[in-house]
Amino acid sequence: MADLKESPSQTAGPYVHIGCVPTFAGLEGMFGGQDLGEHMIMGKPEGVRISLNLKVIDGAGDPLTDAMIEIWQPGPDGTFGPTNGFSHWGRQPTDSYTGDAVFETLLPGAASGQAPHLFVWIAARGINMALMTRIYFPDHDNAADPVFALTGDRAHTLVATPVDGGFTHVIHLQGDNETVFFDV
Amino acid sequence: MTKLIASRDLDWHPPPLAPAYRSSQLRSPTQARLHYDPTTTEMTGPSFGHDMLGDLDGDLILNYAQAGQAAIGPRIIVHGKLLDEDGRPVSNKLIEVWQANAGGRYRHKKDGYLAPLDPNFGGCGRCISGSDGSYSFRTVQPGPYPWPNGGNDWRPAHIHFSVFGDGFAQRMITQMYFEGDPHIALCPIVQAIPSDKAIDTLVARLDMDTTIPMDIRAYRFDIVLRGRGQTLFENQMEGL
Repeated sequence: MADLKESPSQTAGPYVHIGCVPTFAGLEGMFGGQDLGEHMIMGKPEGVRISLNLKVIDGAGDPLTDAMIEIWQPGPDGTFGPTNGFSHWGRQPTDSYTGDAVFETLLPGAASGQAPHLFVWIAARGINMALMTRIYFPDHDNAADPVFALTGDRAHTLVATPVDGGFTHVIHLQGDNETVFFDV
Repeated sequence: MTKLIASRDLDWHPPPLAPAYRSSQLRSPTQARLHYDPTTTEMTGPSFGHDMLGDLDGDLILNYAQAGQAAIGPRIIVHGKLLDEDGRPVSNKLIEVWQANAGGRYRHKKDGYLAPLDPNFGGCGRCISGSDGSYSFRTVQPGPYPWPNGGNDWRPAHIHFSVFGDGFAQRMITQMYFEGDPHIALCPIVQAIPSDKAIDTLVARLDMDTTIPMDIRAYRFDIVLRGRGQTLFENQMEGL
């Protein structure tokens, strides 16, 4: 067997939207006019529908308006599928003005040995290797989750805030509330 | 728990903060990444079928061009293999690319570079690796371009790659450069990678064996994802 090294990462740059969400970026008609990962719910799957509003804030307090966020999550049954009518995976650009990235998805169930969570992957200009973090939910026994438990007194940076119809979550790249990022 | 995906060698990759790359200053986390071995969450990921692809998705020369027209610039094939660190082919994985046009201009509302847009060039493409890990695009060679980084900074000609693996732990974004480009040594984004040996793996080579006479030149670029343990590999073989 060859002994190769992983290709080194490079930033996604300021125009990641062209490559990953071309319709959002204004390339009308590209790839059938449908951005991959835009819709996570494609039928009428069982489960609780939630709207998850994410924002990524830089060290100056400004939202990233040129980022791409992907999420990967268990379905309501705690498995990674396949699940009828649900993709487990979503991809959204951050809005060019507000920085909001909104995922219409299902509330995850508890995967084996873990509390309900979503895995989050963030690529953007200025980020040399995509950032990996997780989102957990309040009112669960998160402390028993081995990954959550690793984060100690920074654990609150991973917990989403309930709002009407779903949750919001702010990811801080720097500062007093810097979000926990992982090397997985 | 059996470790199914090899640990990432963080020293091989650019650090979060590379001060000469100005955008990293406010966007780099200051605390160390917390390590854990991949769980089911990171060992799994989305899968994509060849049937989702349109006929021209991997042909940037034609996929935004009007009928009978084509993008302007040096015609090239970019091809190679998607492998893991053990040299095994990684099959049936989505590869997405995006790039500037031959003049160094992106089709994006925020790119105001002097070079003109090419009405027949969109600048993105996608394909899915074959059973032997092979992939291929047709495109035009992108131009170098200046960018705001505080000085006289020019990006080497490059193509962005977004690549999926078996699990999210293998997911990656990188950039491909071209053999012989003097801007590679001058670029703070490239030079954020700690070693020349690592940088060299992102430099595509002219491939005359695949070059089609009187038609199109070829560049070879292999992409390597993190290694997968034997157990996962065996499971996949059973699933085929």
